[in-house]
Amino acid sequence: MTPDLLDEGARRRQAHGAAPAAGNHTESGGRTASAGRLTTPGQVDVSHGRILYLEDVSVSFDGFKAINKLSLDIAPGELRCVIGPNGAGKTTMMDIITGKTRPDEGTVFFGSTIDLLRHKEAEIAQLGIGRKFQKPTVFEQLTVFENLELALKTHKGVRASMFFRLDSAQSDRLADILVTIRLADSVNRLAGNLSHGQKQWLEIGMLLMQDPQLLLLDEPVAGMTDEETLRTAELFLTLKGKHSLMVVEHDMSFIREISEIVTVLCDGAVLAQGTLDQVQADERVIEVYLGR
Amino acid sequence: MNSPSPGPSLSLFERALQAEQGVEASNAVTVSRPSPQPSPQRVEGATRGQVVLPGKGPLLTRSGWSAFMVALIAVCAVAPVLNLWVPEGHALHMSTYAVALLGKIMCYAIVALAMDLIWGYTGILSLGHGVFFALGGYVMGMYLMRQIGADGNYKSNLPDFMVFLDWKTLPWHWTFSDSFVATLILIVAVPGLVAFVFGYFAFRSRIKGVYFSIITQAMTFAAMLLFFRNETGFGGNNGFTDFKRILNIPLATPSMRMTLFVLTGLTLLGFFLFAKWLVGSKFGRVLQAIRDAETRVMFSGYNPLGYKLTIWVISAIMCGVAGALYVPQVGIINPGEMSPANSIEIAIWAAVGGRASLIGPIIGAFIVNGAKSWLTVAYPEFWLYFLGALFVGVTLFLPDGVVGLVKKLRRKAAA
Repeated sequence: MTPDLLDEGARRRQAHGAAPAAGNHTESGGRTASAGRLTTPGQVDVSHGRILYLEDVSVSFDGFKAINKLSLDIAPGELRCVIGPNGAGKTTMMDIITGKTRPDEGTVFFGSTIDLLRHKEAEIAQLGIGRKFQKPTVFEQLTVFENLELALKTHKGVRASMFFRLDSAQSDRLADILVTIRLADSVNRLAGNLSHGQKQWLEIGMLLMQDPQLLLLDEPVAGMTDEETLRTAELFLTLKGKHSLMVVEHDMSFIREISEIVTVLCDGAVLAQGTLDQVQADERVIEVYLGR
Repeated sequence: MNSPSPGPSLSLFERALQAEQGVEASNAVTVSRPSPQPSPQRVEGATRGQVVLPGKGPLLTRSGWSAFMVALIAVCAVAPVLNLWVPEGHALHMSTYAVALLGKIMCYAIVALAMDLIWGYTGILSLGHGVFFALGGYVMGMYLMRQIGADGNYKSNLPDFMVFLDWKTLPWHWTFSDSFVATLILIVAVPGLVAFVFGYFAFRSRIKGVYFSIITQAMTFAAMLLFFRNETGFGGNNGFTDFKRILNIPLATPSMRMTLFVLTGLTLLGFFLFAKWLVGSKFGRVLQAIRDAETRVMFSGYNPLGYKLTIWVISAIMCGVAGALYVPQVGIINPGEMSPANSIEIAIWAAVGGRASLIGPIIGAFIVNGAKSWLTVAYPEFWLYFLGALFVGVTLFLPDGVVGLVKKLRRKAAA
């Protein structure tokens, strides 16, 4: 071995050893690689074209199978309508997605990487899933302004809340949404004093403040006037594309207004899926709705 | 996708809306934040195409600050002058009895304030707050027992009850009882820690409503039984008494009594401001949101556990401090303070004064305890009937307590 070669080898070895120390650059650019994909914690991976993915989910309450081997998936930016007779498991499905109910079996994924069954309600909300309840649920003793402020997407820890002040970008956003939900005149009214339709809108406004990627809306137009329903339909159509929406509704004219793909649930499983006309022509669907 | 900027996704829709309203889209949404108004009512000021967001209100209104200053002067200047300098027999003289009574009631008022934070604002009815009060009191009591030194009945360095039990040395949990600094720390730490452990398990298991109330009752009852035992090392059913000194200064002098009175008053006023700040912050609004719709809070991305636990521990610490101020003024602490009835009485003070108003429970503590000290002397047999009737009456006719009644009358007068 010549001294040249030794020198060369020493230099190479040094360069090799120094490389990782130079920066945090791994082959995947500082991110952790798994299963051949790059994942960034806290970000929803929709590279497989699905933002929500339920497979073979089952849950039973006291022997009653509320959800029975349910499989369902939603694409990013999609507006999916879910219909079904009472007791079909629509609300239970939302409970499972948002962490309120644990399924007995099955998998629920948000994007390709986030296993929703491993998170609690608050974490799931932080991950970017917003939910509107069947019965409008707002903070009745707080004003409209305070309701929206609480829903704002920001740090939600105890200390952050104690010293929280609305900055100007957040104020702008809040004002925007107040205009959108047409409650700009009621900023200082107690939410408990709003009409039923206004409460529905306030709750939708709170969802928008959260800026979720996936919105689950349980009967959003129940109790609204025709005009309010129409405006809700307009709003959902503008949200489509940017956000993914899952809308459970009984109002067929509303569904007709907004739907592209409709999923029919029955007895805790998917009965039919397709455009509204397709599912309405489906024999089994007609039987479920009209038969019995 | 996560951009916090005002949702570009909405802009189309908004523009359509604004076009409907006949407003120029580009500057339609003007946000103006008015400077804090002196009046507590936030201004209703939305005009067409312009959204006026309410500004952050001041800690206290101008009249609120005036009342606060009056209370401060009354506690720090008027009471000492009337008690110490105005001679006895003079019409304006404040008797020692009055000082002792008011000092005691101010301790209760702190407890009522703590109760309001957890019950009135967070909707968690604790029927075990007497435990935290008593724990603070016992920590102070241990220090006061050590301060007696060898002046007790048995002329021993050990507290009398230990001599009586034939103990030769102090038990381990009395280790730091001779240090005033350690006592001050423990007054906060002991109730805080007990509350933290209890609260963590209760709130993590999502125990709510009446179940939580029952468990807190059980907790205070269990603690009372524990403290009744001589072996526990806290003087059994006699508790601690016969205190002589604090910081080597005799306790039973008018000036010492006045000092404790002023300290209690300052603590009450300080806690009031702290509570006011707390409920005025977003933290306070989350607490109220938990009270009104806890699931909504969770689905808005808040974990209620941390919030409940924080306010629960703060509330317990306030009770502990109140207990520590109470013991040297009253001169005794025994397990009776942990009796379930005592904790229920705390809830009555808050209900009578008016929940979720901060000032209400303080007023409630004064009304109920004032009535108690008068009735138990004048008509001792009627006191419990009165208390029961008061609770039923308030529940039926005054759901918002005295403060709610005053507000209603004012609104009627204004209309």
